Amino acid sequence: MAASVVTITSGKGGVGKTTTTANLAVALAEEGFKVVCIDGDIGLRNLDVVLGLENRIVYDLVDVVENRCRLRQAMIRDKRLEELYLIPAAQTRDKSSVSPSDMIRICDELRNEVDWILIDSPAGIERGFRNTIAPADIILVVTNPEVSAVRDADRIIGLVEAEEKGPVKLIINRVNPALIKRGDMLTPDDVVELLAIELIGIIPDDENVIISTNRGQPVAFEAKSKAGQAFKNIAKRLKGEVVPFIQLDDKGDFLSKVAGLFKQGGD
Amino acid sequence: MAGWGRTNKQSADEAKERLKLVLIHDRTDLTQEELAVMKNELLAVISQHVEIDPDGVRITMKQEGREQKLTADIPLKTTRRRKLG
Repeated sequence: MAASVVTITSGKGGVGKTTTTANLAVALAEEGFKVVCIDGDIGLRNLDVVLGLENRIVYDLVDVVENRCRLRQAMIRDKRLEELYLIPAAQTRDKSSVSPSDMIRICDELRNEVDWILIDSPAGIERGFRNTIAPADIILVVTNPEVSAVRDADRIIGLVEAEEKGPVKLIINRVNPALIKRGDMLTPDDVVELLAIELIGIIPDDENVIISTNRGQPVAFEAKSKAGQAFKNIAKRLKGEVVPFIQLDDKGDFLSKVAGLFKQGGD
Repeated sequence: MAGWGRTNKQSADEAKERLKLVLIHDRTDLTQEELAVMKNELLAVISQHVEIDPDGVRITMKQEGREQKLTADIPLKTTRRRKLG
């Protein structure tokens, strides 16, 4: 099977792109797929620390582009999962070191060797964004239920549509049921109505994400965490499974019935 | 001014209303002022040919999926109403 290239992007910084990339990579690898994730944020390398692989970097993406190493040598294998690899970003270079055609070439080289290629896009709409969009088969736009993040997501969706790339699917991250209950947070339905693209995931606000990032152990490894489950569900939807979305009950809690469905699906 | 959570309108509703307007202008690259100018020019052109009932005019920008739609509802004065009026 030729790999699908999934680019994770957002426009606004700090909405959870890198966390999403790391967790989807873990969740897909746990499903038994061979996964490579690429940090597309040249100069602001971060996917390595979120995955806990920062001490194992020898070569990076720019070394591959400039032929200082073979692609294989830049792929760090995650020791926790057989088939999870990271190609880190260069830390001391800038985004102009890589071109959209370099990214297409690298992904084409990987396509026959792996099942999924996940690319973490940098914030913004400049060169780095264009680099990561160029090879994409599927684009996941991450947003938070906040005005600035939703506005930037809309801009990104517009740019992706103008490039005739896609499909584009939406991940709403840091959804807080208590705030929704009080009427102080946009609901997932509101965000979907405003952005008018297909939803692929709702990630609840979960302190386990911070704890797991502190440890370099993505939350998708934690079977019991709500956010971890939500990332696993996105991985299942990516491979074509139908998994119901989380619902809020009238107290603002996530429905336990649906949480039950999660458990069935997560096993 | 009322404090947080004490306004009549929930803040999420405000966020949604504000975003609706912002997204329309981001997507069409039109400011509120430009939209108003366009509406007036549109009505002026139509008025050259038919008589418009100015009180009934509704010109709005609406979202339909990812498309923006300019909807104009412009009631015309009929010949009979003109005679009577």
